[in-house]
Amino acid sequence: MTDRVKKLRDQSLKAINRISAERAVLVTDFYKSVTHRNLSIPMVRALNFDYILTHKHICINDGELIVGERGPAPKACPTYPEICVHSPEDLEILDKRQKVSFKVDEETRRIYHENITPYWQGRSNRDLIMGQVSSEWLAAYKAGVFTEFQEQRAPGHTVAGSKIYRKGMLDLIDEIHDVLLQPGFQDDAASSAKQEELKAMEISANALIKFAERHAGTLEQLAVVEKSRKRKKELLEMAGICRHVPAHAPRTFHEALQYYWFVHLGVITELNPWDSFNPGRLDQHLYPFYRQGIADGSLTRDRAMELLQCFWIKFNNHPAPPKVGVTALESNTYTDFCLINLGGVKSDGSDAVNELTYMLLDVIEKMRLLQPGSMVQVSKMSPDRFIYRTLNITKTGYGQPSFFNTDAIVQELLSQGKSLEDARNGGASGCVEAGAFGTEAYILSGYFNLPKVLEVTLHNGIDPRTGKMIGLLTGDPATFSSFDQLMQAFQKQLNHFIRIKIEGNNTIGKIFAEKMPVPFLSLIIDDCITNGTDYNAGGARYNTTYIQGVGLGTITDSLTAIRHHVFDRKLVSMSGLMRADDQNFKDFEELQLELVYHTPKYGNDEDYADDQARLVFELFYAAVNGQANAIGGTHRINLLPTTCHVYFGSVTGATADGRNAWQPLSEGISPVQGADRKGPTAVLKSAAKIDHIRTGGTLLNQKLSPDFFEGDESIHKMSSLIRSYFRMDGHHIQFNVVSADTLRDAQQHPELYRDLIVRVAGYSDYFNDLGEDLQNEIIKRTEHYSI
Amino acid sequence: MVIRGLIFDIRRFTVHDGPGIRTTVFFKGCPLTCWWCHNPESQDFKSERSIKNLVLSGTKFQHSETTGNFMTVDEVMAEVQKDEIFYEESGGGVTFSGGEPMMQEPFLHALLQASKTLGWHTAVDTSGYATHKAMEHTAPLVDLFLYDVKLMNDELHRKYTGVSNKPILENLEFLYRSGKNITLRFPVIPGITDTYDNIQQIKTLIIRLQSQRPVPMAHGSPLSIHLLPYHTIARDKYRRFCKTNQLEGVHDLKQEALAGLKQEFEEMGLTVKIGG
Repeated sequence: MTDRVKKLRDQSLKAINRISAERAVLVTDFYKSVTHRNLSIPMVRALNFDYILTHKHICINDGELIVGERGPAPKACPTYPEICVHSPEDLEILDKRQKVSFKVDEETRRIYHENITPYWQGRSNRDLIMGQVSSEWLAAYKAGVFTEFQEQRAPGHTVAGSKIYRKGMLDLIDEIHDVLLQPGFQDDAASSAKQEELKAMEISANALIKFAERHAGTLEQLAVVEKSRKRKKELLEMAGICRHVPAHAPRTFHEALQYYWFVHLGVITELNPWDSFNPGRLDQHLYPFYRQGIADGSLTRDRAMELLQCFWIKFNNHPAPPKVGVTALESNTYTDFCLINLGGVKSDGSDAVNELTYMLLDVIEKMRLLQPGSMVQVSKMSPDRFIYRTLNITKTGYGQPSFFNTDAIVQELLSQGKSLEDARNGGASGCVEAGAFGTEAYILSGYFNLPKVLEVTLHNGIDPRTGKMIGLLTGDPATFSSFDQLMQAFQKQLNHFIRIKIEGNNTIGKIFAEKMPVPFLSLIIDDCITNGTDYNAGGARYNTTYIQGVGLGTITDSLTAIRHHVFDRKLVSMSGLMRADDQNFKDFEELQLELVYHTPKYGNDEDYADDQARLVFELFYAAVNGQANAIGGTHRINLLPTTCHVYFGSVTGATADGRNAWQPLSEGISPVQGADRKGPTAVLKSAAKIDHIRTGGTLLNQKLSPDFFEGDESIHKMSSLIRSYFRMDGHHIQFNVVSADTLRDAQQHPELYRDLIVRVAGYSDYFNDLGEDLQNEIIKRTEHYSI
Repeated sequence: MVIRGLIFDIRRFTVHDGPGIRTTVFFKGCPLTCWWCHNPESQDFKSERSIKNLVLSGTKFQHSETTGNFMTVDEVMAEVQKDEIFYEESGGGVTFSGGEPMMQEPFLHALLQASKTLGWHTAVDTSGYATHKAMEHTAPLVDLFLYDVKLMNDELHRKYTGVSNKPILENLEFLYRSGKNITLRFPVIPGITDTYDNIQQIKTLIIRLQSQRPVPMAHGSPLSIHLLPYHTIARDKYRRFCKTNQLEGVHDLKQEALAGLKQEFEEMGLTVKIGG
């Protein structure tokens, strides 16, 4: 790491998250100024974008090589009042909350109180949404059956393709003109709307060019007063770069990085789309520039490394936009889910791993920053060395990069009807979501609480937490004579809530399509320009809406427990089991012990338990897949929770798998915490029994102690573990290398860590089964591993 | 007649008992009673019950567990077959351990035959205490022997393991001469096996073996050795199974303490690993 990078990295790590009123003030001023002008909505949005970029403070940090900040300073976070408004209480929560707080100073509070909050209350997109969704939607939402992604952030969930490395903004403007001049365009019934949208795109393209030129101007001014001759030269060089990109296509490695960064800022300034934005297949996009620079002598490996590190720090300067309401209180994610993809396959199907891939892995290892996140795409063609190198980073306990199966992703995208080339150019973004990069809007619409639906089924349509009727009357389960009958009732409730969710999605999708276009983002994603249609209105080549199922492990084990103890063994009656659940197992401790310890569980490669996972998967898939969305595409399923399994757990009472009320649900497609007792191979086998190819992503977390990664032989074994899972069409796996703190927690709560295997000394054993003195020794040793 | 064997555990994803990712089948029953045994529940050739503490929300519950089940070849193979894909990817396979698998030789032989039919890599983790006939019968089906070498002095061997080392050493020479791939496993027990005399005698044994089957320089030695440092891992198990732990109070041997010994064996041309 050079001194420059050390300093910038340090600065980024030390900077304190703050709320900045800058953007909110500019947006409010702008909206007030156009009230009386008769402008189309796309024009308002484009001019708003232009207004912000023309007036916002230009921030250039000392020593930087890549420039541009979303706020006036690193980690100064704007809000998006046109999407959702921060009340004084929200600002107070953000300022005071324990994890990932955002400081709000007096002046900022005053501005929000006097100027911003009053103007936007009742006018924001969130208010519009809440006013249009149905009462049954609101009831299910409040009960915690599902969440809504677009309530506080705009739809995003998309990734840049290769276009910006080939075309400047001026080239895109030419394309816009070509569309406008197409013979027959004027005869198109929708031509006037399209014309407005295309004009808005043109304004947005020019706005970004102006924004870059403002940076060039500031850099030139800084050069005048700069004392160091070396830095002066650098500043002038950077000014030259900002005058060239994004107006024109990049010519060098440095220009390519700076260009992407301006596009990134454009997307996250226009609105607060989900998953911020993402350069996607960075090793592929940058490689031609790298090779050319090395070949003509204009770039050295060290310089490329330094530029990449400076680029990395820029992402870390930009935490996720702060939330409002109860979400502000509960969600404390710093990371904005930018996920850089490495490896995979090229569009011709050949292996894509190159020299730059390995360099980027070096960058990830050295930077150790939360943002950007990183992942590797492993295809059957990927060299073992690529996996080994990655595992050697993973083992340091930093959770990154995670491993994705390129061959599965390509199959998933193909089965959704994408072209082979688009599928191969795709990858995963956000947490684990598969998408066609540069050509797809794959909008996540909300998490869906599968165990809650079972709870409502078991209470004949009532949410036992509130006593409210939110579901259907599907019969008193005490009268069910077979497991099938229970599953039929569950299916009815599931279809009922999915219908409510999809109707809500389509209402919200329509609101975004009509009221909140994103002409800038539309420039970047194909084929918005040629279609003359906004990204939020279905302009992208592919438009997918996802519902993300949560709690597969919990619902599987609960159903298995009912099947096993109520219907097969008849140990307990249905009403007996429900009474135990409703009393949170008080006075039913022996039964709870039986449910936790002596019931077949998902994650042990036993069909008796895994069959219920398959069953739930098929019902969920059938309920969602193929249903139309609001913008000409379809709904599909994902199985990932982010941190929502904690929230969903907090609204779900005790479950038949022995889980206590309000405790977290299982996460992703991982087994219930501690339920897998046969090691990682059994977990992978169980997880592979559902058909990943019919999803748009699944998340599997595997907990292991660091010594499983010690030495070449162990790395080879872990690599084989990944390859085997991917041969079974597994979508994703990440290794959670446990820390000493986790082991201490396992000593306190052994029932949650029954799956934890540690290496002892030539033997491995379950941590729970070891005596306390030996546990302590392993904790000490694990501390030694962590960095 | 369907033969059955007494098995006390089938563990998947074992990474210390041979190459690649493996499943290890633990046979119950052992003719030896080593003082340092880390699987005391594997010694008796019979099912046993033990008490296990289960914890739920801070409350302890006692639960009685059975260790040791009679299983058929098909039953064992059904479990082992579950991880076939992992063996293929990692170059792994199945390991038969114990207890002493050779003590149930006909059952072991049937399992090895079934494994070989499926094309898997096979390993047998043995004390070597078996008849020559049994060893001769089994050896052709075994790709790798994990073979214990404990004490060279027969009197001490009898004292600390309960049996003579004579058949063990004869079987070792036989296997080596027959060209088998062998990893010696030397449990390094302070004051018992970790003595100057014992280590010198082990070296003499290795030199004698090497002279019987010279290997071209380019190929390295077909012998490797794992040094297994004494560990108190089983202390809890002795308590649970109500067995006497004769090494109560002996401390763990740190891996670092074996660095010198590792080097000595390496200088003899052996591949040496500390821990399994």
